[in-house]
Amino acid sequence: MTHGHDDSAHGSELSEMQLRVRALETVLAEKGYLDPAALDAIIEAYETRIGPHNGARVVAKAWVDPAFREALLADATKAVQSLGLISRVGDHLIAVENTPQRHNMIVCTLCSCYPWEVLGLPPVWYKSAPYRSRAVNDPRGVLADFGLQLPADTEIRVWDSTAETRFIVLPMRPAGTAGWGEEKLAALVTRDCMIGTGLPRRPQDIA
Amino acid sequence: MDGIHDMGGMHGFGKVEPEQNEPVFHAAWEGRTLALQRALMYVGAYNIDQMRAAIEALPPDLYLSSSYYKRWALEIENVVTALGLAAAEEINAGHARHAGKTLPRKLAAAEVANALTRGSYFRPPPGPARFQAGDRVRARNIHPATHTRLPRYVRGHVGVVEALRGCHVFPDTSALGQGDHQQWLYTVVFDGQELWGADADPTLTVSIEAFEPYLDAASS
Repeated sequence: MTHGHDDSAHGSELSEMQLRVRALETVLAEKGYLDPAALDAIIEAYETRIGPHNGARVVAKAWVDPAFREALLADATKAVQSLGLISRVGDHLIAVENTPQRHNMIVCTLCSCYPWEVLGLPPVWYKSAPYRSRAVNDPRGVLADFGLQLPADTEIRVWDSTAETRFIVLPMRPAGTAGWGEEKLAALVTRDCMIGTGLPRRPQDIA
Repeated sequence: MDGIHDMGGMHGFGKVEPEQNEPVFHAAWEGRTLALQRALMYVGAYNIDQMRAAIEALPPDLYLSSSYYKRWALEIENVVTALGLAAAEEINAGHARHAGKTLPRKLAAAEVANALTRGSYFRPPPGPARFQAGDRVRARNIHPATHTRLPRYVRGHVGVVEALRGCHVFPDTSALGQGDHQQWLYTVVFDGQELWGADADPTLTVSIEAFEPYLDAASS
């Protein structure tokens, strides 16, 4: 779905929702439950600071630092916290590692659970019915929608986020990156490769 | 609740269509809705399980035809009116007519960093865990009409406990406002063919995060 299509198809809904949400916010603010300035600050944080660049730093660090990789796989909350990327990481973050034998993919079939603190807000497709319905019984078909084909014998493990545990995929480090520093490696780490619907960029992709 | 939200394994929804260079929000009201929701949770107006239960309770046709944040906005309207935090006529009028209730906390703009950190769902265990890694378990064939986090597609099927995740708030009671009633949480792994039959991808395994009351011991 392109942005332009979204605007034209939902033009009337958009203005209706604008009014409806404004009324809701006004009432709840007048009741004293919340401060509109706090809402501004929340929106600003998600638009500028909290996004997949945080997760990319985590992955790049795990690629260059074996002790960090081990700590990340043992307790991702604690390990990510130690990087000091964001104010605080909530409990229950779990990192799952791709290997030549196994590819991991994250979904929430029941709603839209997603590791906000390391990846930001989920994209529309992650919250959509096609992804939520098919990820658990046709993951290879879903990966094909992303243009990704894995070897036929790769085990595919789908993690359905049905509780407050949150998952991030630690993808495999791309070939041809020996000697690269964390910052350069982080530029290869896409949001989708940390969800499991993509692979990291290769050095030739960013050349 | 066996609702439309429980989508795992359903057919007919079509292809996944990623959007290139997707913006964080597609309209300003989406951001306001997200922030409203975050703020209401932080101040203790209601909890995340009540939120999810209210979204699941939207009529299925409305659920499917509404965008993601529209569902949230409808859910907020429904929950704040159901809890008596605001009256429907106030929302219709766009202004409060009566004083609000007292909520557990306030959220000032300067404290927003705290509101962005997820709370912990760990709670002290009431007793030892019933299952250990490696145990075979069967997901219960239960169909509560109220909120549950046991997806339909695993019910009745046998899987293996892969990990214990600690003792967590139990969504099924939390959603009803009946308290935490914490339960042990497990990662349980199912073979694709156990869930989807002999034609399923033999390389597929699917795990769910299962609360102890969702599971029975299965013989090996």
